[in-house]
Parts: sequence; C-alpha cells; structure tokens
Amino acid sequence: MTFDVWLSDPVNWVYLAIGAAVLLCGVRVVTSQNVVHAALFLVGALAGSAALMLLLSAEFVAWTVVLVYIGAVIVLFLFGIMITRAPVVRDVGLDNKKARPVAAVVALATFAVLTYTSLLAFGNTEVARVGDPTPTETLAEGLLGRFVLPFEVVGFILLAALIGGITLARRDLSPAEEEERGAV
Amino acid sequence: MDLTDFLLVLLRVVATFVLLLLVTVLNVWAERKIVADMQNRIGPDRAGPWGILQTVADGLKLFFKEQVNPRKAEMGMFVLAPFLAVIPAFLLFMMVPWGRPIEFADGSTFPLQGADLNIGLLFVLAMSSMAVYAVVLAGWSSGSKYPLLGGVRATAQAISYEAALGLAMVAVVVWMAASGEDGVMTLSLSEIVARQQGTYLGFLPRWNIFPQFGAFLVFFIAAVAETNRAPFDLVEAEQELVGGFHTEYSGMRFAMFFLAEYVNIFSMAALGATLFLGGWNGQIDTLFGWSTPGWLAAILPTVYFLFKTYVIVFMFFWIRATLPRLRYDQLMNLGWKRLIPGAIGWLALTAVVAAFWRFDAPWA
Repeated sequence: MTFDVWLSDPVNWVYLAIGAAVLLCGVRVVTSQNVVHAALFLVGALAGSAALMLLLSAEFVAWTVVLVYIGAVIVLFLFGIMITRAPVVRDVGLDNKKARPVAAVVALATFAVLTYTSLLAFGNTEVARVGDPTPTETLAEGLLGRFVLPFEVVGFILLAALIGGITLARRDLSPAEEEERGAV
Repeated sequence: MDLTDFLLVLLRVVATFVLLLLVTVLNVWAERKIVADMQNRIGPDRAGPWGILQTVADGLKLFFKEQVNPRKAEMGMFVLAPFLAVIPAFLLFMMVPWGRPIEFADGSTFPLQGADLNIGLLFVLAMSSMAVYAVVLAGWSSGSKYPLLGGVRATAQAISYEAALGLAMVAVVVWMAASGEDGVMTLSLSEIVARQQGTYLGFLPRWNIFPQFGAFLVFFIAAVAETNRAPFDLVEAEQELVGGFHTEYSGMRFAMFFLAEYVNIFSMAALGATLFLGGWNGQIDTLFGWSTPGWLAAILPTVYFLFKTYVIVFMFFWIRATLPRLRYDQLMNLGWKRLIPGAIGWLALTAVVAAFWRFDAPWA
C-alpha cells in the first residue's frame, strides 16, 4: 500500500488528526508551567488514545481507558495536587529546560523500540476493521487464558507497589503521638 | 448509512434529549413541593397551577442575570467547568432504553433510546466518572478557598463511591449472564431489560431487585453519593463552605450546574429502574388478562419506565428531607469500610450462586 492510497481513505485523515492532537497534548504535558494544566493535557492525550482505540474497533478498551485513566487516575492526580498545593499561577520550575534534550532522546528511543516491535509482531496483517467491533469475550479469553500469567504478575506487582507506597508514606505513630492527635 | 437512517438516529437522540429536559424541569418543582409537604410548608404555589411553572421562571431569571467573573479566577477553566458538568449528565441517559422498541411492518425496529451500545454499562460508568471533573475544575479555577475545599471533597467522595457503584453493577451483570439463555455476559442495557421479561413462579416479575436486593441497596446509596445529594452533599455544604464548589458562579453558569445535578438524579434513577426494576417491562395488562388497545400497549412501557424511575427519584427527595448531612469521616467510613466490602461480598456470593445455577453444584 502506497502512501497516497492510504491517504485516500477518510478514516486515515481522522487517524492523523487525532494522532496529531495526542502528540500536541503529550508535548504540552511536559512543557506546561501550570501543574493542573499539565494534568488536563494528560486527559487530552488519554482521550485521544481512547479515540484511536475506537478507530481500531476496540470499543471495550476505549471506554476502559476513559473509565480507568481519565475517570480515576487523573482525578487522583488532581486530588493529590489540590491537597498539597494548587497554585493558579504558573510555576516556572515545572518545565525543566535543561533536561529537554535528554527527554527528547529517551522519548524518541521509546518510540523507535515500540514501532520496531509492533512492525515485527504484526507487519502488514490486518488487525481489525472499522465498524466490526472486537467482541469483549475474545479480550477476556486472551486476558484470562493465554496471558493469565503476565496478568497475574502485573496484579501482584501493583499490590506490592501499593503496600510499598503505604509503608513509605506512613510512619506508625507512638502511643503518645496518637494520644496527641486524638482518636478518630 | 443513508439520509433516512441518519434522520431516524437524530430523531431519537433529540427525543431522548427533550424527554430529559422536560422531566428535569418537572423534577426541580417536584422536589420543592415534596420536601415542602414533608416539612409542613406550602412550597412554590405562585407561578402557574400548583406552582408548576416555578422552575421555568427561575430558569429565565438566571438566564438574564449578570455572570460575575471573579478577579482571581482562571477564566478558561472557569467557563469550561459548567459544560463539563452538563455534557456527561446528558450522555449518560442516552444509553437508557425508555420504551419498547417500535416495530415497523417491514420488520425493522426503532429503539426508544439514544444509542444502543453493546458496552452500554461501561459507557455509563465512564460518563459518571467524568462528572467529577466539573466539580474539581470549578472549585480550583474559582481562585477562592471555599470552592477549592468543595472540589477536594468532591474528588475523594466520587472516587470512594464510584467503586461501590461499579461493583453493584458488576453483580447485576454476572447475574444476568447466569439467567441468560446461553450464559453469555452482556453489558448492553437493552439486552439487560430484555432478560428481565417474564416472571418467577408465575407471579413475581423477573426483576433483578428480587435476587439482587443487596446490589440494589449498594447501588442506591452509591448513586446518592455520586450525584452529591443529601445526606452526601458535603461538596456543596452551605453552612460550612458558604456554598461549595459553585460559590463563585452566578447566572447561567450556576444554572448549568443546577441542571446537571437534576439530570444526574434522573439518569441514575432511570439506570436503577433499568438494572433492577425491569426497565420498561410491565405486567399489569397481561397479569389480569385485559385486552389492551394497540395505542395503549404502545405507550404503556414508557409509562412503566417513568413510574419506576419516579419511585427511585422520590426516594432521592425523601431521604434528602429526612436525613442530616454526614460528617466527613463518617462519609469515608461508610464508603470504604461498609459499602465496598459489602459490595465485594455480595459480588462473590452472586458469582458462586450464578456458577452453581449455570453448571450445577459440585455435589449434585
């Protein structure tokens, strides 16, 4: 398939537009000088990736991204920002200009690795068709059948991270200190 | 898709939208009237018969009022937040089937719902989780401390109760898979309604509330908390926060938050009616063997649906007039220590019973 044939399909224009929007949002996440704006640009990037999933006929994955990432993870980010500091003004230190070249190299390297492995794995095979949604059942069978071990390992790592986070952030109070704070 | 298909889709989306706007205007009036009755007051009685036009009058007034822009506000977000409140509220209701699909002579059907996604329930959950952005951004962008506190409370509350809400819905999905003919799971709301047709033991309607009353209890409490209604209205506690996240809002922008809240109440009640009370299914005509004329048979499902929804809406108003607001730590304790473990326990029980029903008990 040549590029002009690819471009003649209107679906691919939509793909390009969404991809450009995601890229723009992603750049603004790291360059924005307002921490709340950065979080909101991350919402934009995630919403764009959900839209790309919809284009790939992966309805379930798309709405799961909206539910889990936009609806819960970023909301938690915002919560964290607001209970610590929520300056409406800009914070110049947020955009670390000295680290930009390194960040660019890392980002490009990650992109190259992902592109290379994807091409290696799928090549020219047709993964999905527009308007022909992947049944959720197929997804469930893949996740709980063939890939059940990686799935469980990821779950275990997340549990470990959770417990580790609590241990690091929380120091057990001595009885005297607890008295001081008052019983809840 | 040709033009006729497009127009039909447009028609049903517009019909759903208009239905939602009408009931919302009615609900605001109904709440004031019902709460007034419960508190031995008269309530609105000036505009129109029984004061039924009071909401229209209030809406028009808010529409023409000045919109104050606070000096310290982040204007972009400040203007955007009310829209973020209204849009998910309307989108959520688009998934709910509010009547029996109309069948045409040529066999094609016209479903009475905004859209029939086969992952409808997931979409509903996604939209209800988006609603919190409006409150958080409104609170943050106002540049004032009381709205910010309201926003922080909203985030913690929404995250805590969303989990319970989702788990209650999952229990229903598992149950529906067990009671379906081929044991296939479904997240489509029209399919969930279809599977609640018929009766248990010949007289009890096959509604999910009977086998799934635990899930209904969790769902209802979590729905009240998700819509930020009393007794979980810490987000807009006028006595503590001057007003909460919308303190700095005025005029049309304030009206939009208000609209979103009432749309959310109706959407959540409609979702409850769909998941637990059989949606538009009803038995009055068939149970007594009446011969219903065709036009009545066509509108009865919508009447059943609205009636069931209003039973739940009435419960929303009722507990608002009855219960005092929870303290913040009580709210968190109820959410994390009672509702979520309760919902997980109920889900586990449902899964075991459903598996036994489907594949027979291991000792059988």
